[in-house]
Amino acid sequence: MAFLEISNLHLNMHTFDGSAKVLNGIDLAVEHGEIWGLVGESGCGKSLTGLSISRLIASPPGEYTQGSIRLNGEDVLRVSERRMRELRGRRVGMIFQDPTTNLNPAFTVGEQMVDVALHAGSIDDDILGMPASASFDKRREAARKLAVKMLDMVGIADAAKRVDHYPHQFSGGMRQRVLIAMALICQPELLIADEPTTALDVSVQAQILRLIYDLVEEYNLAVLFITHNLGVVAQLCSHIAVMYAGNIVESGTAEAVFAQPAHPYTQALLQAIPMSHMRRGELRALPGAVPDLLAPPPGCRLAPRCPHVLPRCSARFPDSIAVSPVHRVTCVLADPGER
Amino acid sequence: MLTIDNLTKTYPLAGGGLFRAAGAFTALKGVNLNIAKGESFGVVGESGSGKTTLTRCILGLERITAGRIVFDGVDLASLTSAQMRDMHSRIQIVFQDPYASLNPRMTVRNIVAEPMQIHRSKLGFDARQQTARVHELLGMVGMGPHYASRYPHEFSGGQRQRIGIARALASNPELLILDEPTSALDVSVQAQVLNLLQTLQDKLNLTYLFISHDLGVIRYVCDRVALIYRGELVEEGDTSQIFDNPQQPYTKMLLSSMPEPDPARSPLRRRGQALTGTETNH
Repeated sequence: MAFLEISNLHLNMHTFDGSAKVLNGIDLAVEHGEIWGLVGESGCGKSLTGLSISRLIASPPGEYTQGSIRLNGEDVLRVSERRMRELRGRRVGMIFQDPTTNLNPAFTVGEQMVDVALHAGSIDDDILGMPASASFDKRREAARKLAVKMLDMVGIADAAKRVDHYPHQFSGGMRQRVLIAMALICQPELLIADEPTTALDVSVQAQILRLIYDLVEEYNLAVLFITHNLGVVAQLCSHIAVMYAGNIVESGTAEAVFAQPAHPYTQALLQAIPMSHMRRGELRALPGAVPDLLAPPPGCRLAPRCPHVLPRCSARFPDSIAVSPVHRVTCVLADPGER
Repeated sequence: MLTIDNLTKTYPLAGGGLFRAAGAFTALKGVNLNIAKGESFGVVGESGSGKTTLTRCILGLERITAGRIVFDGVDLASLTSAQMRDMHSRIQIVFQDPYASLNPRMTVRNIVAEPMQIHRSKLGFDARQQTARVHELLGMVGMGPHYASRYPHEFSGGQRQRIGIARALASNPELLILDEPTSALDVSVQAQVLNLLQTLQDKLNLTYLFISHDLGVIRYVCDRVALIYRGELVEEGDTSQIFDNPQQPYTKMLLSSMPEPDPARSPLRRRGQALTGTETNH
């Protein structure tokens, strides 16, 4: 069993207008050392998938109707809240898009990191190297040392001094490094990064991608990297899962999927990115808009927009088909028996 | 068509006292640009580079510190505010955030017709002609006339950006400033908007000043490109020349940071072998 295994996850969101099927049978397995790029456009459910792993979707309005999310075999949807608090941070670290709003402006980054380290240290003695019964001053001193060490690890120069600085004294890229350090302070095995570079300039983005890549190589982390940017996935990720309207429509190793995208939606996404060889007018846009999840189309949810649509696409939801051992696609076109 | 000559813009810094200024921050420093009629000119820069200050100076929203901005033979600094308002019928802008740039309490008809109201003396449309023109403009951006009576919140980001483009075109401008027009949009919607902008340019013979931090978009859309860094022009030239044969270290660094959707061109992977999932038991 993979370290993170999401199987057949269905999430409904109850709204005033009815119940929206926002996740419609997600299957995903992530191992240590793998960086999975979860891509899709706004509203496809990629962030909800990430938040579900830390069980951060409020219920209500959210309701998991089917499926499981297993971390090392333990179903996070069914554990107690107390156990969940141990898992968050300890096994799963998260970083988010906007590094400014995720740090408290009234406290130094050191104080904020020490809080996290003390919490983690109360769960696991190894983190601070002393039992939870040790004196508070000793534990806080150890937590502070750890904070400096983590800041140093994510490439913040002069960490011993910077630990006493406030968030506004850091640039956007540096703040994201602080948040990565904070997420890694409890030595998680899975890092969920939700659009961590979207608010950053490309040159800073390149530095953060390198940092994440190096951390994976060094600590054998599993990473779920949520983004809408296929370019970033191609740069960083070992694997990719493409989402559309609550489904993973294609997944596999980055090499396989980028070399031979098999799902019409993946193909459309790649053709919509301006590339160096494209001449004026060669950019292909997928017509139409994403479906209303309160009343999704029957069968394949892409069918109304799909350039290769067949009558049977609307009849039932397509099966997930392995086009190669490292590449799966959810489309009738990929099924030789159906063609 | 648009000549920017040695443009400098400084902002006074806070602090100082009654008789002593605290110094100044230079947002743009001696920028020279020449934009020809009918071309798409791209300005690339990272946050804080002065891209937005440049557009604000061209639109006359900032008083420039030194230098000249000449549009079609007219020095924009020499215009009175009434003349500048007339000039705005010829220079229009599409903003980055389609959620913030449309008044939520106005119908689409009134949003798109507003420039025709402001420039009524020049365009001379009565109310009925304005409505007809709104319908024509909505058609040009791929939206039906029945949308005219709706409000902005009823539209998606891509549709809102189309409304923003229709409004910018309402006064028959010659120069359209596009300030990050697609950075708030998803890729497939971005492709729709970029294609629309190119179709409109061909049909209406528009000149585009395209501001963006997205090098891929700039490369696809623009004939010529200028890079600015901390208020200074770093490099300028034909798009193919800049992208294929960059001269300045900053340009090279920026281009190498550009994430291309091709795993084989990843600098991370090139360095070591590709990551392969290794199973470990914890």
